[in-house]
Amino acid sequence: MDLRNIVARAHENGDYSELIATIPYAVTIGVECERFGDEVLFKLPRKKSNIGNPILPAIHGGVIGGFMEISASLYLLMFQDTPKLPKIVDISLDYLRAGLDKDTYVECKLTRQGSRVANVIVTAWQKSRDEPIALARAHFLFS
Amino acid sequence: MKNDPVLLGKVERFVGSLAQCGELGIKPVFAAPNELILELPYSKAIIGNPDTGVIHGGAITTLMDTSSGSVVICGLEEFELCPTLDLRVDYMHAAEPGKPVFAKATCYKITRNIIFTRCLAYQETDEEPVAQCVATFMRIGAEATPLPFRQMIMGEEIVDGLSKEGSV
Repeated sequence: MDLRNIVARAHENGDYSELIATIPYAVTIGVECERFGDEVLFKLPRKKSNIGNPILPAIHGGVIGGFMEISASLYLLMFQDTPKLPKIVDISLDYLRAGLDKDTYVECKLTRQGSRVANVIVTAWQKSRDEPIALARAHFLFS
Repeated sequence: MKNDPVLLGKVERFVGSLAQCGELGIKPVFAAPNELILELPYSKAIIGNPDTGVIHGGAITTLMDTSSGSVVICGLEEFELCPTLDLRVDYMHAAEPGKPVFAKATCYKITRNIIFTRCLAYQETDEEPVAQCVATFMRIGAEATPLPFRQMIMGEEIVDGLSKEGSV
């Protein structure tokens, strides 16, 4: 499977579902992606099996983290012209609000790109971008 | 350390109430005071790299978050839901496809407001970890957790809606 071709095709027709479908875990939690001009937004639609806290109910913190990690690696794949998915080195997650049983959105920002390692800042929100439910910093290795 | 069947039962009921853990098949295998081991079975659903079959980091994060968040059950007298404040995960090497991953969490400090944990994810032996994680959890107090849920986790009977606190 040539990821580079899939990414190029997705950029061309604006449909990223084929790209996401290549990653089984992304399909399991239900990641979606949409592009607006030069920007890209990731969406995790409300899904029963993603719940962690049955009382609120709220999305499992690990799912929020996993969604942010996948979004960051797809973002690098889409915009850094690498032939392979970058490898995660570390991720630091701050949970600011409960991720309720609602649609969740993620936005990524490349902070630093070296020849081998990239640093990405990830923001996740539900109600408004100004009220993030979680923030993350992650390092990825290109190899 | 010996496996504590009472603690294991509490953790089993708690992890069993988390839909995402059911989805991924995460289950407790060992519980002792301040220590807990959970198992994540290998499955196609958690693959991150389709070329190699390697598990996605997100599934490891969910395993470690659950293990770190549930080990508080092995550290506290009364069950209380503790939301995650932060989680820092280092991925040391890719998990070998086809084999389960274990996460051993330790609750190393409990204060009135905060619980500090660390966790190691490994496959064959914990001397060669797949990932490591440190986390902090907020204590919201047992009273903030609905009584029927608490009783379900602790394995207590609900007597005609009469709460334990109510009867004291």
